[in-house]
Amino acid sequence: MNLVRAHILVCGGTGCTSSGSEKLITEFETQLSRVGMADEVKVVKTGCFGLCALGPIVIVYPEGAFYSRITPENVKEIVDEHIVKGRIVKHLLYDESVKDEEIMPLNDTNFYKHQMRIALKNCGVIDPENIDEYIALDGYKALGKVLTEMTPEQVIDIIKQSGLRGRGGGGFPTGLKWDFAAKQPKGQKFVGCNADEGDPGAFMDRSVLEGDPHSVIEAMAIAGYAIGADQGYIYIRAEYPIAVNRLQIAIDQAKEYGLLGKNIFGTDFSFDLEIRLGAGAFVCGEETALMTSIEGKRGEPRPRPPFPAVKGLWGKPTILNNVETYANIPQIILNGVEWFNNIGTEKSHGTKVFALGGKIKNTGLVEVPMGTTLRTIVEDIGGGIPNGKKFKAAQTGGPSGGCIPASLIDVEIDYDSLISIGSMMGSGGLIVMDEDSCMVDIAKFFLEFTVDESCGKCAPCRIGTRRMLEILTKITDGKATMKDLDNLKLLAHSIKASALCGLGQTAPNPVLSTLQYFEDEYIAHIVDKKCPAGVCKNLLQYKIVPEKCIGCSLCARQCPVNAISGEIKSPFVIDQSKCIKCGACMSACKKQAIVKE
Amino acid sequence: MKSLAELEAIRNKTINAMNIRKDGENGIRIVVGMATCGIAAGARDTLNAISEELAKRNVSHATVSQTGCIGMCRLEPIGEVLEPGKEKVTYVKVDREKAVRIVNEHIINNKPVVEYTIGAVEK
Repeated sequence: MNLVRAHILVCGGTGCTSSGSEKLITEFETQLSRVGMADEVKVVKTGCFGLCALGPIVIVYPEGAFYSRITPENVKEIVDEHIVKGRIVKHLLYDESVKDEEIMPLNDTNFYKHQMRIALKNCGVIDPENIDEYIALDGYKALGKVLTEMTPEQVIDIIKQSGLRGRGGGGFPTGLKWDFAAKQPKGQKFVGCNADEGDPGAFMDRSVLEGDPHSVIEAMAIAGYAIGADQGYIYIRAEYPIAVNRLQIAIDQAKEYGLLGKNIFGTDFSFDLEIRLGAGAFVCGEETALMTSIEGKRGEPRPRPPFPAVKGLWGKPTILNNVETYANIPQIILNGVEWFNNIGTEKSHGTKVFALGGKIKNTGLVEVPMGTTLRTIVEDIGGGIPNGKKFKAAQTGGPSGGCIPASLIDVEIDYDSLISIGSMMGSGGLIVMDEDSCMVDIAKFFLEFTVDESCGKCAPCRIGTRRMLEILTKITDGKATMKDLDNLKLLAHSIKASALCGLGQTAPNPVLSTLQYFEDEYIAHIVDKKCPAGVCKNLLQYKIVPEKCIGCSLCARQCPVNAISGEIKSPFVIDQSKCIKCGACMSACKKQAIVKE
Repeated sequence: MKSLAELEAIRNKTINAMNIRKDGENGIRIVVGMATCGIAAGARDTLNAISEELAKRNVSHATVSQTGCIGMCRLEPIGEVLEPGKEKVTYVKVDREKAVRIVNEHIINNKPVVEYTIGAVEK
């Protein structure tokens, strides 16, 4: 019998997999066999560590050496130096994790220091395809406790008292939802998990399912016990192949161990789970559309009430929770209500996972206590804006959310504070924008998304959002008048008030919130016909400053449409009627003689 | 799964192997010099002996790793025990037998085997 003396953890999340982490695993195994250490060193494929910008990531324990951006060529060096000789390969380490030549514990680095991991507790720690590792870290203990020591009412009470609110965006109290479903007459009931995650830029649900699928399975079984359901469905988009695959492995393992199936823990409680694949329509993240899709029909929403807790899947009482919400449940059961209530703000307890993207150094996945300021997330955890640019705004909540301008960077983020400043939590996409981002263009981007994704069932959303997009296009083309701006506002408010489902009702939010904080940019587009950030192509002109131009003809040779002409050694000019505004001349010029205005 | 005891049994089976992944709280580190000199003197066998003994005794508060040449090649195989907040203890000429005693007395019972340390050997 031999002791495994070192673990090499390789990130197997989607981010690191796409940058080649699968190859690293095979290469590590080959190299370890070469030096004859395959038995004493274990290679583990884990879920996401969060620091996706620096992937693929490899952590070697017991030293806790955090290697970033590892290529298959680096593997031999790590094995020869670190594993065989015990010398950490310093030049491959994540530079933030080295201080005075010593490795810092990962939790002391800026990226992890401000984080608190509940939903992501096991992500990047365990092998998601090995149920034993989940059980070793207290997995399924909460389910065991619930089934053997508690009544369904007690479970619901705990969830209610914890104040846990839906992490999918709306922030509805989870305990209350469960209570509604539990109070329905006995009979067939269902537990559903919303893993549709349609917001552009959000990937926390995917990461939880990839890194810790058992936590969701365990929580769904607990929910089943609480409301009296024996069947659950996980609705997940087919665009998440790694997550789907690991989830299926996890379900199979749980069935094999009898943690799903009949008479779990020797009790009367039976629970089974099935995966339902979605085709990736944004509207199917809306709960009524999601259920219609599970039933095998076209994914379209229906009016509420009746709420799913009363009439859900196949007309039976159903609860639907988001992946991240479920990932919190076992921890609340194990650690208690008081523990959870001490985390976060008064009205929003616990933590929230954000997918950090856009103009930020540390793109990745972060989990912070509710009430953390945007400044901490952007500047400390995110590492600030690259290239010394200025922070302009952060977009939260995807196509349903809004913008937080730089002036509100110290706002403490929770459900209510975001609503009060005209945005919303949403599922947790957080897109950072710098001074080069045009807010009208951002609003247009999200509206294009909603127009594409509108299911077409109700007129306000189907026709209204398209009209809004037309006005926005007019604005960015420099053809709009102030009257158009008034119409845009009127449309936005009418759609908000009249659309059938959440998708339509929130579709105008990106426009409304950018108007609230950046109306001057809209006016600059309309009145001055200028895009202050220099993004909207139709309002841009590239010009050559005659005083700076040395007449080298470099720009003219780069121009794909031959719009630049002139004589060598005298200033060149751009023919605006030919220019397609590609910017090739500007990047070619060595004298910075070409400007955009 | 019929009972909590069954779950606990699976947990105990895996937990020791997982402890290695705790950041900065790994307790005792045992380091074996495995440069050319160490390997020639039989450090590979020493390392295996330590690993086997740790596994046999179910020790979860200590980890083993390799290191390069410590500089006293004539005293190889050398093994060092590093414990947070304590002086480093350096054992020299560690063979299989000594390794087993070091694990049992020093790592498990917290009493360094003075006679094997460099101070005792190099008098």
